[in-house]
Amino acid sequence: MSTAQAEVVATEPDQLTSTRRGVFRNLMRKPAAWISASWILVVILASVFAKWVAPDDPYKQDIVHNLALPSAAHWLGTDSLGRDILTRLIYGGNLALISCVEVVAVALAIGVPLGLLAGYFGGWVDAIIARLADIFLAIPAIIVLMAVVAVVGNNLTLAMVTLGIIISASFIRLVRGSTIAVRRELFIDAAQVSGLAAPRIILRHVLPNIVAPLIIISTLTFGIALLVQSGLAFIGLAVQPPAANWGAMIYEASQNIYQDPWLMAPTGGILILTILAFNTLGDAINTAQAGSVSISPAGQFRAQSRRGPGHRVAVTPAQESSDVLLRATGLTVVAGSEASPTALVEDLSFEVRKGEVLGLVGESGSGKTMTARAIIGLLPLGCRVQSGTITFAGDDLTASESVVAAHRGTKIALISQEPMVALDPSFTIGSQLREPLRLHKKMSRSEAKVEALALLRKVGIDRPDAVYASFPHQISGGMAQRVCIAIALTGQPELLIADEPTTALDVTVQAEILDLLRSLKDEFHMSLILVTHNLGVIADIADRTVVMYAGEVVEQCSTEELFAAPTHPYTAGLMASSPDRAEIGKPLGAIVGIVPPPEQWPIGCHFADRCPLVTEACRKAPVPLVATGKDRESRCIRTDEAMKLGASR
Amino acid sequence: MLRFIARRVLIAIPILAIVVSFTFFLVQLIPGNPAQTILGKGATAAQIAAVNHQLGLDQPIGIRFLAFWGNTLRGNLGVSLINGQPVAQSIANALPVTLSLAISATLLTGIVGIGLGVLSAVRGGAVDRIVQGSSSVGMALPSFWLAVALVLVFSILLKLLPATGYTPITQSPGQWAYGMVLPVVAIGLAGVASISRQTRSAMLETLGKDYVRSLRAQGLPTRSIIYKHALRNASIPIVTNVGFQFIGVLGGAVIIEQIFALPGIGQLTNIAVSQHDIPVVQGAVIVTAAIVLLVNLLVDVIYLILNPKTRRA
Repeated sequence: MSTAQAEVVATEPDQLTSTRRGVFRNLMRKPAAWISASWILVVILASVFAKWVAPDDPYKQDIVHNLALPSAAHWLGTDSLGRDILTRLIYGGNLALISCVEVVAVALAIGVPLGLLAGYFGGWVDAIIARLADIFLAIPAIIVLMAVVAVVGNNLTLAMVTLGIIISASFIRLVRGSTIAVRRELFIDAAQVSGLAAPRIILRHVLPNIVAPLIIISTLTFGIALLVQSGLAFIGLAVQPPAANWGAMIYEASQNIYQDPWLMAPTGGILILTILAFNTLGDAINTAQAGSVSISPAGQFRAQSRRGPGHRVAVTPAQESSDVLLRATGLTVVAGSEASPTALVEDLSFEVRKGEVLGLVGESGSGKTMTARAIIGLLPLGCRVQSGTITFAGDDLTASESVVAAHRGTKIALISQEPMVALDPSFTIGSQLREPLRLHKKMSRSEAKVEALALLRKVGIDRPDAVYASFPHQISGGMAQRVCIAIALTGQPELLIADEPTTALDVTVQAEILDLLRSLKDEFHMSLILVTHNLGVIADIADRTVVMYAGEVVEQCSTEELFAAPTHPYTAGLMASSPDRAEIGKPLGAIVGIVPPPEQWPIGCHFADRCPLVTEACRKAPVPLVATGKDRESRCIRTDEAMKLGASR
Repeated sequence: MLRFIARRVLIAIPILAIVVSFTFFLVQLIPGNPAQTILGKGATAAQIAAVNHQLGLDQPIGIRFLAFWGNTLRGNLGVSLINGQPVAQSIANALPVTLSLAISATLLTGIVGIGLGVLSAVRGGAVDRIVQGSSSVGMALPSFWLAVALVLVFSILLKLLPATGYTPITQSPGQWAYGMVLPVVAIGLAGVASISRQTRSAMLETLGKDYVRSLRAQGLPTRSIIYKHALRNASIPIVTNVGFQFIGVLGGAVIIEQIFALPGIGQLTNIAVSQHDIPVVQGAVIVTAAIVLLVNLLVDVIYLILNPKTRRA
């Protein structure tokens, strides 16, 4: 029997109050939840009204018809004394449920106040209470119960109270955790400032937030109590025959197993179903409250077609100019169901030449990160390339997972925005460098170590030996990004995709990382795709720039030309709002409004609603990319006005 | 590391001390005259006096408390009221049975539970639904009902495995294993279900982390990402639960040993309880608590090894 403590997640304080009504609705929409709840209700009603519901007298013996199989007279058969099984199960429910209520009531009565005190006051109060909870968690409940029964005799109530005391440890932990979480919230401080007394603060703010987790843990405790109570009865403790008791009935079934194995079914069945119902209900409340994740992250490893069914095969240009490393043609990335997909990136075309730095710039929601992740085949789950191709040195990366997988790490590498979470926290930096080295370069362990230390030195780490032996949590963010770059270099990639590589870092570190990327690009003869929302970064490092807005390319050209004279009003707006280029004494410009979410993209120009130059014609039909110079394109029908706008900054 | 272990031991000692004191005061809780309760209504005055003397009840409580502590610290857990055997000896005889049951069941729980959980998380779809559905049912199966059901199917109907009997592993490992299959499955199944559910959710959480994407971007094989990196990170919370399962199994042994007639601590306690053999019950509580504290210490150390963030903190 497992009396393991139920693990319940404490919800974030404010998330709960606002969604409580929604939780209940979610819950009742799940068949498992309402079937469980109904079963529990049936058991409760049947046992409370046993006198009227039960078909027979629980003590009436009929030795002639003992151990009978189900019949019209005895729906679930009879026991060894000829008593009706159904009747005794109904009467036994009463005892079982009262025991459960006793356990939960005691656990709540001890756990809630102690948990509140520990969490609210902290310090030595917390230390003592937490230690008490540790003690309760450290003793096997059933052995203690047996000791109590041995001493006090067959007193079920006392045994259940003891169990309640032991189980209260989980309640203390839960309430303590929730209270500490709520206490950290600002509103408690605010309440203290406004002069509310401590007990009132607890009642008003803490209690409402721990109601849901308490309901869950209580539900699960009902199941545990039922299990322990029947277990004790099974070994003949804390029972008073001839009163009906589920555990004792299973014991009796086990004694008659040769003559009447059927007895095992109804006696075990009702116990199993009731415990199952409590567990299922507890789980259902837990998920309903936490909000369920609809897409499993493990899906990324399953064999899947990278494309949706609507994929058209694009014609590859017969003659690829030799200096182009990667070319995206008509790339469209969608999310959602196959029937009604939502486009996240639409008909995107660009190229990356050997040795160049391509900047991919735009606000959040422009689709730049999606584009970067489509190239390396690591789109978030639920997103897919619907049409278009990405050719890399002659291979179409969108053809299948195996094609792009063969390029990952060796030809194409990725470094991402948050270096601290991009490293596996359980392995040393050294180990995380060695693994790709041994895989890609077939190095031995010692060769890989030498190479890893060399790479760490290359990315500007002064004490490579110390960093090599460190775990990710022991190094700084800037250091972690250097390590990520070193890992990306292990396969000597031809293309490095850097997705907002400096955004999460301190300003002083940002410039260092950009300098590092620039010098490594030359040293390793790589091309670089740099995804950023920061025009300053673009100006600093990019040779050519693709400006994206709401899933589309709005402008692309050399970075020099772009800054000299933007030909799209969005680019002009971005520059006006960039602090790097602001003139002292003038207010910083801002583009009015926000990037529309993908499902609200208009038919016409995506930027129309925020554009100072918008006309009727802009909204009527999709705006094509037009050439505005050599290797220069803009998705605007008023490029001339846009250039004036850019110049007037 | 050593300092950490030393600190945990220092915390465990007062807990054990409280448990020892608790077992002492347990006897004081007996309503009325303990000797009368132990012996039943028909006891003569001489018998009651003898038991009172044996329990030391004829001395002041302070003296008795100190004497109890002194004996316990010397490993003397008293003498059985029923058969006069030293309690420490009886427990020492029974301990290997219970430990072999508990360790086997915990191994089953850990290995099968983690395996099923990983399978469920990684394969998804029908496999996931089947494993999850069976786990829900598995967690609701009372070990004692399952034990009897297993005996019914495998011993009575199929005649494949013995329903009762214990062979020490030192005598014949084969016979020991043969006899342990049903008890271990009966007592371990709920734990398998619990661990598999926890492993599944821990794996899913880990596989959604950013570093998993980074590992994929490095071109590492799926095998390494799932079994080396993700499982390693997911295993940190699982270890704690495996420890809980061991404690649960230790308690469940009381019932399971009864069903399968295994001469372990559980059966010893059970008989002692029914005979009001207080010294044996006291001894069993103290020894079990000591084992539990030891296991908790082991769990803490494994946790420390698995989680580098706590290692040098």
